[in-house]
Amino acid sequence: MDAYIEVQGLQFSRADRIIYDDVSLQIPRGKITAVMGPSGTGKTTLLRLIAAQLAPDKGCIRVDGKEVHTLSRFNLYELRKKMGMLFQSGALFSDMSVFENVAFPLEEHTKLSVDEIQVRVLEKLHSVGLKGAAALMPAELSGGMARRVALARAIALDPALVMYDEPFTGQDPISKGVLVELIRQLNEQGDITSVLVSHDVAESLSIADHVCILAGGRVVAEGSPAQILDSDDPRVQQFLKGEPDGPVPFHYPEVSADDTKSLGGAQ
Amino acid sequence: MNKVIGLGASALNWLEAVGKAGIFIFQSVFRLPVRLPEAINLLIKQLYSVGVLSLVIVVVSGAFIGMVLSLQGYSILAKFGSEDAVGQLLALSLLRELGPVVTALLFAGRAGSSLTAEIGLMKATEQLSSYEMMGVDPLRRVIAPRFIAGVICMPILSLIFSAVGIIGGLMVSVAWLGVHDGAFWSLMQQSVYFDTDIVNGLIKAVCFAIAVTWIAVYQGYECVPTSEGIGKATTRTVVLGSLAILALDFVLTAAMFGDF
Repeated sequence: MDAYIEVQGLQFSRADRIIYDDVSLQIPRGKITAVMGPSGTGKTTLLRLIAAQLAPDKGCIRVDGKEVHTLSRFNLYELRKKMGMLFQSGALFSDMSVFENVAFPLEEHTKLSVDEIQVRVLEKLHSVGLKGAAALMPAELSGGMARRVALARAIALDPALVMYDEPFTGQDPISKGVLVELIRQLNEQGDITSVLVSHDVAESLSIADHVCILAGGRVVAEGSPAQILDSDDPRVQQFLKGEPDGPVPFHYPEVSADDTKSLGGAQ
Repeated sequence: MNKVIGLGASALNWLEAVGKAGIFIFQSVFRLPVRLPEAINLLIKQLYSVGVLSLVIVVVSGAFIGMVLSLQGYSILAKFGSEDAVGQLLALSLLRELGPVVTALLFAGRAGSSLTAEIGLMKATEQLSSYEMMGVDPLRRVIAPRFIAGVICMPILSLIFSAVGIIGGLMVSVAWLGVHDGAFWSLMQQSVYFDTDIVNGLIKAVCFAIAVTWIAVYQGYECVPTSEGIGKATTRTVVLGSLAILALDFVLTAAMFGDF
């Protein structure tokens, strides 16, 4: 496999909680990879580790052959120019209009003229169906529209890697369908490597070329959507079928009786 | 023994926090946006938001403080037949002390809290992460213009505060209480020196501006990105900012005017 991203022996914890315990996985170049798993397994954390916004306790992550956590600040920022990220909240700049939000990376990192930037921005907004919303401010957009503007901004520089953080969460069925189609089109049009973090099984499996399922701080299954669907791992089947009972606990681990007392929960 | 260990740990944590804040502001100041027109645009926007929007509270407070100072000064000076010296009292009090200190306290309450809340909300809504992901350093894009605008605005606001305070005092003492206007201005002119009074007052204002704006932007950048976290950070800005102003004022006054 020609891997664009390689994660090797990744260990990461927050306070005393282990998020990743020796995780290794590969994200193939030019394909859509869906990283799935129950809530709280650290899917978003994985994206932040790939983008070097967080540093691992152990292990290494290579993006396009470069070990991201050993790069200088300058080189890291250079590498990030080749990355686009769609944040769960959209993360649009609230003091800029839709047009200015999409134009921002072009103004910062290219020497395009004002006219060229305008053409490029309107083209990107057209691709997400929001050319007519160019003059609106982020506060005037619905959640789905904000997500689509954020997508237009994420792809403004035609990045080599696009990371989608829960793109389907909170979307109505039409917006979900539009986003699925957009992600598919983007990947087909350009040589883009896409990492899709989601727990929406149907949408993710419908567009992914490669799937990776995380649970309990480890990779429990990896392969094509067909291989994942055929997996006999009970954790994978529980996740895919959405069953409350199984090896993946639904309840957050309970605290001991002494700890409960100290919280004032027991008399 | 445990208390000693706890005290040592607290001192080390405090030193670490101060060091971290120092590196933070050092990195911010030397990272203004690379393109000059963009840097100027961002700075002008912040000068408006931090400085111009603070004008009303500074002007109104300056006027009232000048008027109160005149009333108080007149009632005491009149007992010694020196009511003409009210202008002198007013100018020296405002330029040396009240102008920089009260302006800085007002600035911490209005602009400082606003800076912390704005940056904290940008953090909570992932806008700062978004800048980072686009290869744009939030320290140079978000922090540097706000910090520099604060340092430029505060001393100017302090001068405006003193000027308005003197005008307010003039209205009360001359127009209302009947102090001779010639005596009011001439005694003021004789006693106020540019280097010892105006410049020292300005130096104080610059020091307060650095301290308050530094605390405000740092608290916003390092806050816990929740509504409670932003609220606490905003409170910390006002409390720590005010304490820093008063402590710095003592040190600077001792250095500038102390006779030892």
